[in-house]
Amino acid sequence: MTDSHSEFSSDVDSHADAPTIDPDLIDDAIDYYTPGEPIVDAKAPTGPIDQRWSTRKFEARLVNPSNRRKLDVIIVGTGLAGASAAATLGEAGYNVKSFCYQDSPRRAHSIAAQGGINAAKNYKEDGDSVHRLFYDTVKGGDYRSRESNVYRLAEVSTNIIDQCVAQGVPFAREYGGLLDNRSFGGVQVSRTFYARGQTGQQLLIGAYQALERQVAAGTVTTYTRHEMLEVIVAEDEAGQSRARGIIVRDMVTGEIETHLADVVVLASGGYGNVFYLSTNAMGCNVTAAWRAHRKGAYMANPCYTQIHPTCIPVSGPHQSKLTLMSESLRNDGRIWVPKNKADCAKDPREIPEEDRDYYLERIYPSFGNLVPRDIASRAAKYQCDDGRGVGPEVEGVRRGVYLDFADAIGRLGRDAVEEKYGNLFDMYARITGEDPYETPMRIYPAVHYVMGGLWVDYDLQSSIPGLFVTGEANFSDHGANRLGASALMQGLADGYFVLPHTIRDYLADGPFEKLEESHPAVVEAKAAVEERINHFLTVGGTRSVDSYHRELGHIMWEYCGMERTEDGLKKAIDLIRTLKDDFYRNVKVLGTADSLNQSLEKAGRVADFIELGELMCIDALNRRESCGGHFRAESQTEDGEALRHDDAFAYVAAWEFVADGEKPILHKEDLTYTAIEMKQRSYK
Amino acid sequence: MSAPDGTKTGMKLTLNIWRQPDATSPGKMHTYQVEDVSEDMSFLEMLDVLNEQLNAAGEDPVAFDSDCREGICGMCGLMINGQAHGPVTTTTCQLHMRSFKDGETITIEPWRADAFPVLKDLVVDRGAFDRIIQQGGYISVNTGSAPEAHSVQVPKEDADRAFDMATCIGCGACVAACPNGSASLFMGAKITHLGQLPQGQAERDKRVVNMVAQHDHEGFGGCTNIGECTSACPKEIPLDVISQLNKDLRTAMKHGR
Ligand SMILES: Cc1cc2nc3c(=O)[nH]c(=O)nc-3n(C[C@H](O)[C@H](O)[C@H](O)COP(=O)(O)OP(=O)(O)OC[C@H]3O[C@@H](n4cnc5c(N)ncnc54)[C@H](O)[C@@H]3O)c2cc1C
Ligand code: SF4
Ligand code: FES
Repeated sequence: MTDSHSEFSSDVDSHADAPTIDPDLIDDAIDYYTPGEPIVDAKAPTGPIDQRWSTRKFEARLVNPSNRRKLDVIIVGTGLAGASAAATLGEAGYNVKSFCYQDSPRRAHSIAAQGGINAAKNYKEDGDSVHRLFYDTVKGGDYRSRESNVYRLAEVSTNIIDQCVAQGVPFAREYGGLLDNRSFGGVQVSRTFYARGQTGQQLLIGAYQALERQVAAGTVTTYTRHEMLEVIVAEDEAGQSRARGIIVRDMVTGEIETHLADVVVLASGGYGNVFYLSTNAMGCNVTAAWRAHRKGAYMANPCYTQIHPTCIPVSGPHQSKLTLMSESLRNDGRIWVPKNKADCAKDPREIPEEDRDYYLERIYPSFGNLVPRDIASRAAKYQCDDGRGVGPEVEGVRRGVYLDFADAIGRLGRDAVEEKYGNLFDMYARITGEDPYETPMRIYPAVHYVMGGLWVDYDLQSSIPGLFVTGEANFSDHGANRLGASALMQGLADGYFVLPHTIRDYLADGPFEKLEESHPAVVEAKAAVEERINHFLTVGGTRSVDSYHRELGHIMWEYCGMERTEDGLKKAIDLIRTLKDDFYRNVKVLGTADSLNQSLEKAGRVADFIELGELMCIDALNRRESCGGHFRAESQTEDGEALRHDDAFAYVAAWEFVADGEKPILHKEDLTYTAIEMKQRSYK
Repeated sequence: MSAPDGTKTGMKLTLNIWRQPDATSPGKMHTYQVEDVSEDMSFLEMLDVLNEQLNAAGEDPVAFDSDCREGICGMCGLMINGQAHGPVTTTTCQLHMRSFKDGETITIEPWRADAFPVLKDLVVDRGAFDRIIQQGGYISVNTGSAPEAHSVQVPKEDADRAFDMATCIGCGACVAACPNGSASLFMGAKITHLGQLPQGQAERDKRVVNMVAQHDHEGFGGCTNIGECTSACPKEIPLDVISQLNKDLRTAMKHGR
């Protein structure tokens, strides 16, 4: 508590643990950052919440159709958020360049989403509405999201379904031929549209096909196996900084290319892989977002991470990624661990009923196995920490709990269970070699989604003019926790229906003055990329990139995972700083710059994850409250439930990068709610 | 070797792997040994172990594609002992080492097809698939112009069949398995997916004609009904989609497209 800039410090005594101090007022992170000016979202119109989006669409300036093809738009990412935007802006006549690191746009990680997509269609007449979806999303996000954004999301959700059906997305249907819906993620209405367990795949194929149609039409050019490594920010004649392009590496030839444009959109996905193990794809990374952050884009709420309770546990040190088992399994499966530690290694079928602890049903009698994701995850961690986990010992601890279908099979019959969950059971059997019809599944939480991301205003524009951010890469809609089936909705809302309207207001000022490749901003960006690559290839150290990534993941999972404490986070920051130092001096990357070099690709990503990891810990340290997916052990009720502090923390933490080795600056955006009342959640 | 609970650990394997520095240089098979392979590892995790080993020894790691590692993105794909995606009906990333025995020799090659040139080691260029889709693998509907979703009913059977065909992950195993290097199964899956739905009818003739033309132009071979494609397909796309493809093509010809 030495820094006098702290807005809390005037009331705070130097002994943080003195009993008289209101715990809300302690800022554990003050030694790690510099307080900055507050930030506001100047783009959201005021007025009634249900009018704001119409108002903004009307006020956003138009671009004359004949001017559109003179405007170059770069879109990094071909997931739901990127492919939908590229297709739509291509259709509108802009000149679009689309980038992804995979060999085809169709492989973005949106493809892996299983459960479904929400929309307020109210086809079931069960009381759903735009307002209810808005309400559920804000509440689910534990009142840490911006209400105007969330309302808009709910508002455009219905258009998404129309669009996808017209594209030929084969959603599940009822016998009458109408679309089927299910209830998902603990909400009380059935508003989730789905395509068996492969909703993300079907939606992405729809967006991908729309994108490829524009490639054929000549409005979109795709650059596959191209990784964005830097954003170009240049000043115009009036001294206004603008994002004007990107530096990418052709991952096949190694060539470093410059691509210039009038506007840049990042739709580069989430950064869950900072934990090394997550349900994200191997290549998911923070590089695009982090490079933009270093160039001036604020990073908002980076510590908000969603940990999903039903994943297949780690089986050994070789583990490279984790696989999600759909949450729908908790509708019929019962979660338990042995009451006695001595039973943990036994065949579960031999453990009698009275020796099982159905701990969720015991602690949360009204919600039971269907408590929200973060509660279910933390509860599983506590059982395992307590030595009652099951499955193989990994590093001396059994990290797994049973998800048992014996009752469901007894009640509904094996066929009915197979009909509902057959593909998931098959996947489980393939990965673990165990038959879940015969023996209970083992599950454990895993990192799944990040609510944090680049700060954007209502227009989805970051703090760098001309740099827009969509999908999981931005922070905008989910607050401290995301509802199931709402990320797909957000990605497509952003790309099909929001960005195409808001970006035109920015492009109405274009085309901007042509930038030459010799412009200092371009030269600097390109040189920085080349220097970094050269550094990795010439360190000549002894440790592989993966070994650093694993170690970082371990630190993050241990100290910035399901439960965070002041001491743990401070320790993590120290460990990460040491790791970073060692990484730059001792990493071993073989091969050359001018060829396909997967170790080199990974080195750049891990370098950025290390820096992000530190900021996540600082952000978590600053937020001495528990909200949504963020649980600070210091902020809980007497019976161990998350305790929010709206008086002190109802803000978005937007972090500004200063320089390597310097403290980041924290800008706070106050969250105010006019259309909804803040409440503490309770699931007991 | 086995652990107390019966899982196999510490398997030793000999790997014969295709190494090729880049698209233009010639390649050849190299032999490597890996130890300490556990049956719970996926095939690609086993290759990760090999790569850590090579890296430590100062040798260039083996390049291979993967991303989701859960069988859905279609990025992975290797010829394993001459079979596309190996001995089990699944993707390479979902193949686990319990399908192999201690002491076994495994041969690992890239997809082999004229239309899929090798870029490095086990990595190939499948861009031809995207170009086939560009020629009609879509329904033309601009954003915002879609009618209300419930304005058209689709019989559940049709929706289900469209879905089954739309589960193709574009991995290319069908091409790699086919002695002719034909992409008919891939194309048939898309033609059937879109042709099964009312929304897909308007462009049905044009779609099949243009996609087939692009297919042939890319250097994929013709289909002679061998059926290797469908047995290699991790998503079990059935052979009858090729009949559908041919039927649609004949109909389009009749309509004079
Ligand atoms: C296993 C799993 C299941 C899920 N299930 C659901 C669900 O049922 N419902 C739901 O609503 N949500 C679900 N989610 C969340 C949801 O799928 C994602 O949040 C969402 O799809 C993200 O979409 P996106 O377009 O933002 O990013 P992505 O789909 O991740 O796309 C990122 C794109 O950016 C590109 N890219 C990234 N970095 C670079 C770079 N440096 N250079 C060039 N290109 C780059 C990639 O190539 C890719 O094209 C799930 C997530 C996972 C992991
Ligand atoms: S048809 Fe099957 S084998 Fe061929 S690309 Fe599709 S999923 Fe792969
Ligand atoms: S890596 Fe995605 S299907 Fe195998």
